[in-house]
Amino acid sequence: MTRAITSDDFDAVPEVTRLATGERGGLPGVQSEADAPPNPDELRDDQVDGPELSARLAKTWGTDQGLIGALSTVDHKIIGRRYIVTAIIFLFLGGLSAVAMRLQLAQPESTLIGPDLYNQLFTMHGTTMMFLFGVPIGEAFAVYLVPLMVGTRNIAFPRLNAYSYYVYLFGGLMIWVAFMLNIGPDVGWFAYVPLSGPEFSPGKRADFWAQMITFTEVAGIAVAISVITTVFKLRAPGMTLDRIPLFVWAELVNSFVIVFALPAVVTASAMLILDRLVGTHFFNPAEGGDALLYQHLFWFFGHPEVYIIFLPATGWVSAIVVTFARRQAFGYIPLVLSLIATGFLSFGLWVHHMFTTGLPQLGASFFTASSMLIAIPNGIQIFCWIATLWDGRPVFRAPLLFVIGFFFIFVAGGLSGIMLASVPLDSQVHDTFFVVAHFHYVLIGGNVFPLIAAVYYWFPKFTGRMMSERIGRWHFGLAFIGFNVAFFPMHITGLMGMPRRVYTYLPEMGWGNLNMLSTIGAAIFFASFVLFLYNIVSSARRGPLAGPNPWDAGTLEWAAASPPLPQNFDRIPVVTNREPLWAHRDALPVVAGLSVDNREQIVSTITHGRADLKESTPEPSIWPFIAAVATAILFIGSMFTPWAIVWGSIPLIVALMGWFWPKPSMEDER
Amino acid sequence: MTAGPSKPPAGGAMLPHSIVLNARQMPSYAYGHRSPIWWGTLGFAAAEGMGFALAIGAYFYLVFINGNWPLSAPAPDLFWSSLFTLVMLASLWPNHMAKRNGGREDLAKSRRDLVIMSVIGLVLLGLRIMELGSLHVRWDQNAYGSILWFLLGLHTLHLVTDIGDTIVLTALMFTRHGHGKRFSDIGDNAFYWYFVVASWAPIYLLVYWFPRWW
Repeated sequence: MTRAITSDDFDAVPEVTRLATGERGGLPGVQSEADAPPNPDELRDDQVDGPELSARLAKTWGTDQGLIGALSTVDHKIIGRRYIVTAIIFLFLGGLSAVAMRLQLAQPESTLIGPDLYNQLFTMHGTTMMFLFGVPIGEAFAVYLVPLMVGTRNIAFPRLNAYSYYVYLFGGLMIWVAFMLNIGPDVGWFAYVPLSGPEFSPGKRADFWAQMITFTEVAGIAVAISVITTVFKLRAPGMTLDRIPLFVWAELVNSFVIVFALPAVVTASAMLILDRLVGTHFFNPAEGGDALLYQHLFWFFGHPEVYIIFLPATGWVSAIVVTFARRQAFGYIPLVLSLIATGFLSFGLWVHHMFTTGLPQLGASFFTASSMLIAIPNGIQIFCWIATLWDGRPVFRAPLLFVIGFFFIFVAGGLSGIMLASVPLDSQVHDTFFVVAHFHYVLIGGNVFPLIAAVYYWFPKFTGRMMSERIGRWHFGLAFIGFNVAFFPMHITGLMGMPRRVYTYLPEMGWGNLNMLSTIGAAIFFASFVLFLYNIVSSARRGPLAGPNPWDAGTLEWAAASPPLPQNFDRIPVVTNREPLWAHRDALPVVAGLSVDNREQIVSTITHGRADLKESTPEPSIWPFIAAVATAILFIGSMFTPWAIVWGSIPLIVALMGWFWPKPSMEDER
Repeated sequence: MTAGPSKPPAGGAMLPHSIVLNARQMPSYAYGHRSPIWWGTLGFAAAEGMGFALAIGAYFYLVFINGNWPLSAPAPDLFWSSLFTLVMLASLWPNHMAKRNGGREDLAKSRRDLVIMSVIGLVLLGLRIMELGSLHVRWDQNAYGSILWFLLGLHTLHLVTDIGDTIVLTALMFTRHGHGKRFSDIGDNAFYWYFVVASWAPIYLLVYWFPRWW
């Protein structure tokens, strides 16, 4: 299946019957309005061409000026951009809390930060990185890129998508405002009971944590469902399952993992907040509850969470490796199957977080085996990427450098993961800095390095300008060195017995020098992010213009302008190859006949990607924003009185009715 | 680099189009799995179904931890819950009719079916309130009471959501918006109701019958 790309490579467009279903919309024997002939007065894109078509479509699909317009937008690119920027701001906030902790730990018996603030800091760090950065960043890129890469004009359910962004934003703001007011959570990012329960954590701190979960998970599930539906139903005609870009596959599998994993943490946090606020006894052993029930529910989400963070990164890596290796992916099918296998296996590992809770031996052995098993699909992916680069003609630009950094760091983290899968070793180093070192190698290696690569890679698409390559190389050097100097010594401090989540230690323990080294590394790593931020800001203003396809990449987002116009494509592309822009270098095959004056896009079939319907998609609306505000009032109010669920639901119902009720002028929209 | 007469920046020019397919005559909506909304509904049913499955798992976990069950309370009464279950099962028929008449784009019958479904929903809500009064345990009495109320609360949330959705759709069908794609929406609304009924069956058995068999 895989082969080198030559310049005269041109894949023939199949006959129309393989590109369109030709079926009626109404059920058999029914005279349906769906099959009514199109309104002859409505302008269609087979009647206009060129700049006039672009301008008219941009008007139809555009976002209004002003604050109301900005809050009403349903453009996946605008929402996606906000999602990405917000998630990266949370990455920086999480990073700053880490820097504060590293300063405190630099030397023994430091008095810079007291134990109470330190508890809040490590909780905010973990919570922010996992829930406000780790999950949303992958979805944020999906919101922006998936519709472009599958060749459509907007995400499925664009109002739901807008709503989810605001809910996520309000949840993140809520917990950070609470932290600023010294009521930030202080019970660790997983908020174990009984510590987080009503007896040991009176006050509101743990409630803020639990309710932040509700916010972010509602948002996360809503986006995941929009992404799944976009990939299933809105693909460009001709994009059969085996022509879906690997990035889109990764986001699809990721969305499925989100749909099935996030309900577990919502259940856990809902039970926790009920125990705290209305006196239920889910986790109270005195009344028949059980603390380990919380751990099971939490980790049934918590382990897939690792893959929710990692899977989008594999998508970024696949896209970048293919473009810079200048050949199609080696082992496309094994790569896709590995993604799916990883998605399934990620649900079978959760108990390895609980090896020290006194499990039956059979259970421990089973989860050891499954933990080692998941290394197989991940290994396959790594080998496929290496083979792609090996057989290609790699161009070592900044995105590829960060991908190579990812290979080294992630594999090192994977190796310490194999060690931790073994119960005896895990019992020994449980809750020490060895574990901290392991998961930062996995998470920063597996997500942050690919993320930076992705920002360098897609920045020209997002902004129309290139980032500085020279600063990019310095950035990579500082980040790679800083990261390893910060986190490698933690393996050793952990083996020397230093526990996690302690705000200080005694000089006699002998951990001082290694901790100082880690703090120096953290400072270098921090500097690399300052450079990154500088590169983003200065390139957005003054970077060289990019043009639609600066890397000469093969996937459809590069067929749109940089940055894309509101309609993404003037006409919906027709796909004949996995890398459509490499297959069609002279002219892009397209579908015509869609409305120019109304928001229409192609709905296609799941497996063969045959065009089936020309369906209209929602206009902008302020109601999703209002619904998100009402949701925030309900969620925050319910931390103070359960009655908020009753009175808080009234504005929410009103907002939802406004959302779904058609506007007088616009008929067929939802 | 890509071909093209004028080469602006490094990234080349926009590709010209060659039209290979025309969508002019394609239908503007369809029914069931051909419609994106159907997949969205399925997605939410999957996520919420996972929530039900986890809550049921938590119930069995607590049974396993405690051994004796139900904890210091008699099993909940069968009368209201069984009546609720019967009405739910009976609602499958008008629900099916709503879906069918929606598919036929028959406005008068669709209106009738939706009114029936709205009334049934409100009756069920009334029965649910009676049902909650005959559980013999409060949520704050012990873990058994907590998980019982949790399961019923979760299901009530879905019940209320679907009733709200049905009533709004019913109102919509009595306005001038009641045509075209709305008929497809009736089918998706009916589809969600099937989920609400299907998720009730295991909960009913678990909450009302399991404690009698244990």
